[in-house]
Amino acid sequence: MTIYEPAIHFMDVRYSIDNKPIVGPITGSFPSGRITTLVGPSGAGKTTVLKLCNGLLSPDSGEILIDGQSATTFEPTDLRRKVGMALQDAPMVNGTVYDNLALPLRLQKKELPEPDAISWLEDVGLSGDYLHKKASELSGGQRQKVSIARTLINRSDILLMDEITSALDKASRREIESLITRINQKYGTTIIWITHNLEQAISIGDYTWVLISGELIETGDSHILEDPADERVRRFVKGELQ
Amino acid sequence: MSPLALFLTLIFVLIPLVLSKTLNLGLERDTIIATVRSITQLFAVGYILKFVFDSDGYLYILLMIALMIFAAVHNASKKGKAIPGILWKITVTIVVVELLTQAILLGFGIVPATAQYIIPISGMVVGNSMVLSILFLNRFTAELEANQNRTELILSLGGTPKQAVHTQLTDSIKASTIPTIESQKTMGLVQLPGMMSGQIIAGADPVQAVQFQLLILFLLLTTAVVSSILLGFLSYPSLFNERMQLIRQKND
Ligand SMILES: Nc1ncnc2c1ncn2[C@@H]1O[C@H](COP(=O)(O)OP(=O)(O)OP(=O)(O)O)[C@@H](O)[C@H]1O
Ligand SMILES: [Mg+2]
Repeated sequence: MTIYEPAIHFMDVRYSIDNKPIVGPITGSFPSGRITTLVGPSGAGKTTVLKLCNGLLSPDSGEILIDGQSATTFEPTDLRRKVGMALQDAPMVNGTVYDNLALPLRLQKKELPEPDAISWLEDVGLSGDYLHKKASELSGGQRQKVSIARTLINRSDILLMDEITSALDKASRREIESLITRINQKYGTTIIWITHNLEQAISIGDYTWVLISGELIETGDSHILEDPADERVRRFVKGELQ
Repeated sequence: MSPLALFLTLIFVLIPLVLSKTLNLGLERDTIIATVRSITQLFAVGYILKFVFDSDGYLYILLMIALMIFAAVHNASKKGKAIPGILWKITVTIVVVELLTQAILLGFGIVPATAQYIIPISGMVVGNSMVLSILFLNRFTAELEANQNRTELILSLGGTPKQAVHTQLTDSIKASTIPTIESQKTMGLVQLPGMMSGQIIAGADPVQAVQFQLLILFLLLTTAVVSSILLGFLSYPSLFNERMQLIRQKND
C-alpha cells in the first residue's frame, strides 16, 4: 500500500441544501500527482464533491485543505484557476469555438493566439477547421472536447473532470484518456475524474473514491472495484444500485 | 366638462360590461373594480393637487413626490423577489433618477420651479422608472435562470461575479430600454402621446404642446436608460456571496 501526499484533503466535510444533507460527513484525500476516479450512482453527490474542491460551493461544516492549506485562505478566483474543472454538461458561451477556448484568458484580460487555440483543439482530437464554427452548432461529443481543451488552458495544478467522456465514441474516449494521462505524467497534475464507466475507472485510475448517497463508502487503489469489500459497493458494481 | 357629460362617460364602461356578460368573458368584476378605483384615485389626486397648488409650499411638493416614490417602489418590488434587498435597490434607483432629472430641469431653468411643473413631471419620471425597473427585473431574473450554467462556467474558469453575469446584465438592460426607444420612433405617427392630447383638448396651442411632449420624451429616455443600468449594477452583486458563489435562489 503506497502512502500518497494529499493534494486535496476533506476533513469531516458536510454540505446540505435547505437543511437536506447532500454529502457528508466526508473525510478522505485525493492523492497528489495521481489520477483518482470518483464513482457512485446518479445523485450520489459526485458533482457536489468536485464543486466543493474548487470553491464553487463551500462546506457547511468541516474543512477542505488544498496542498495542506485551508481552501478558505485562497482568493476564490485563484483557487478556481489552481483547481480547474470541466463541468458535466459542457456549457458553452455564445460565439465561436475560439470564443470559448479564449474565455479563460479573456477573463484575465489576455488573448489566446489562434495557433495556440488550434493546437489545443488538435490535442483533444478536433481539427483546426472547427475554430470559427459556432459553439451552438457542435454535437454533444464535440462540445465535451472543446470543454476539456478550455479547462486545460488555465494549466491548473489540479484538474476536476466531471464525466468528460460520456458523449464520446470509443476512439475519442481513448484519445482523451491518453491526453489526460499524458498531462498527469508530464506535469504531475493531480486529476479527479468522475465517471459512470467502471472499466474506465479501473483502467485510468490510480486511486478511487466510491460515493453512495453522499457518503464516502470506500477509497483505495482503483482495483478495489474489482472485488469490493463493502456490500453496497458490491451491489453498485454489479449494477444493482440505482 | 359638465357633470352630466362626465356621468355619460360611464357609457364607455357599460359597453365592455354588457359584452363581457353576453359573451361570458368574466371581465365584469375586474372592470367594475378598475372603474371604481380609477374614479376614487383620480379624484383624490385631483383634490390633493389642487390643495398643493393653492398652498404653494415646497413641503407639500416633497410629500407628494415621496408618496409617488413609495407607491412605485411598492409596486416594482413585487417583481425580483429572488434578488435580496431588492426593495431598497429600487428605492435608490427611483430616487436617483428623480433627483437627477429634476436637478437638470430646475438647475438649467428648463421649467419653472413650481408645483404645476414639478409634480406632473415627477409623476411621469417616477412612473416610468417603476415600469422600467419591472421590465428589467423580469428580464434579468429570466436570463439568470436560463443561463445559470454559463454563470457557473465563468466562475469555474476563475471569472469574477461581474464577468459571470455580464452578458445577462447587458442583455437585460438593452431589452428593457428598447421599447422606450422604439416607441419614440413612431411617436406622432401612430398615436398622439397622452399628455399632448390632454393639453390640446384643454385648449393649449398644439405647437406648445409638442414642445412639452418632446421635453417629456427626452426625459423618459434618460429615465429608462439610467433606471435600468442603475438597478442592474445594484442588483447583481447580491446574487453572490463573499466567496464568489452563486447564492441559491428560493423557488417561490
Ligand atoms: N441546486 C440543487 N437543488 C436541490 N438539490 C440539488 C441541487 N443540486 C444538487 N442537488 C441534489 O444533490 C444530490 C447530489 O447531486 P450531484 O449533482 O452532486 O450528484 P451526482 O453524483 O453528480 O449525480 P450524476 O451522476 O447524476 O451527475 C442529488 O440528489 C441532487 O438532487
Ligand atoms: Mg454529476
